[in-house]
Amino acid sequence: MRPVIPYVTAAFLFGLGVYGVLRRRNAVLVLMAVELMLNAVNLILVTADTTVRAQLPQGGQVFALFVIVLAAAEIGVGLAIVLQLYRLKASVAVDEVPLTEAPALVPAGGPAGDTAAGRPSDRSDARGADRPEVDR
Amino acid sequence: MTGADVLLLALGAVAVGSGVLVVATKHLVRAGLYLVVCLGALAGMYLVLTAELVAWVQVLIYVGAVVVLLLFAVMLTRAPIGASDDLDRPGWPAALVGGGTGLGLAALLVDAYRWTSVELPDPGTAERLGDQIFRTWVLPFEVLSVLLLAALVGAIVLSRPDIGRREVDRDGSARPDADRARGGRPGTGGEGGRSR
Repeated sequence: MRPVIPYVTAAFLFGLGVYGVLRRRNAVLVLMAVELMLNAVNLILVTADTTVRAQLPQGGQVFALFVIVLAAAEIGVGLAIVLQLYRLKASVAVDEVPLTEAPALVPAGGPAGDTAAGRPSDRSDARGADRPEVDR
Repeated sequence: MTGADVLLLALGAVAVGSGVLVVATKHLVRAGLYLVVCLGALAGMYLVLTAELVAWVQVLIYVGAVVVLLLFAVMLTRAPIGASDDLDRPGWPAALVGGGTGLGLAALLVDAYRWTSVELPDPGTAERLGDQIFRTWVLPFEVLSVLLLAALVGAIVLSRPDIGRREVDRDGSARPDADRARGGRPGTGGEGGRSR
C-alpha cells in the first residue's frame, strides 16, 4: 500500500474545504465545507495509523472516531445557530451577519435595548398578545 | 501498484471529484447529495486502509445522521429547489487560499512519503478498537460524553429563545407592533430596525 495516495487525497479534500468555507455565502454550505475538512483530517489520522508504528496500536483510528463524534456535536450546534440566524434575519447568507452590532446587543439586556436582542421573544409576546383577542 | 493502491486511487478520485462538486454546485440539495458520495468514498478508503470500525461508524454517523441533518437545515431555511446564483462570493481569494492550502499540504506529504510502500497492519476491528478505547483512551472517551451533553444542551438553549429572557418579555404589551413595523417606531423599534 502506497501511503502517499490517501495522504494526497486528504490534502486535496482539505484544500477544497478551505475553498468552500471562504467561497460560499450560504451558511449550510459553509457547514458542508467544514465537514469536508474534518473528513480530510480523519483520512490523515487513519492513514497515519497504518503507516506509523506507534507504541499504542490503533491510536489513529481511535482518534478518528473521536473526531467523528466531535463533528456530530459541531453540526448539531452549528445547525442550531444557522436556524436561529434564519429566524432572526430570514436569510442564511453569512456575509449579511452584522458583526459590528453584536457588542451593542450584548450589554443591552435592560428594558431599553431589548427589542434588538430579543426579536424571537417578540414572537412569544405576539402569542401572549393574541390570547386576549381570543378572549374578547 | 497492488490492488489496494488501485482501489485507493479510484476511491480517492471519486472523493475529490464529488468534493469539488460539493463546493462548486449551484444546487443546495445536490451539494448535500454529492457530500454523501464523497463521504461514502471516504468510508471505502477506510475499509481499504483496514479501519473497519471507523468505516462503518462513518457510514452510520456521517452519511446517516450528519447529511440528513444538513438536508433538514436546507429544507428548514426554505432553500430554493433549482439552481440559485447567490450562493457564492467572488472567489479569487478563496481559490488562492484553498488551492494554496491543498497544493502545499500535498507537496509536503509527497515530499515526506515519496513512493514508498508499507505493509497494511492488522485490521482495526471493533474488538481491537474497543479494547483500546476502554483501556487506554477511556478518559478522553468520558470527556467526549460530557462534550456531547454540552452540545445537546447548547443546541436546545440556542433554539429556545424564551430561555433566559423572561423578565424582558413580560413588560411592554406593544411589542408585536414593533415587530411588524420594524424600524418605523422611534422608541422601541429603532434598535430593531438597525439590526435588520
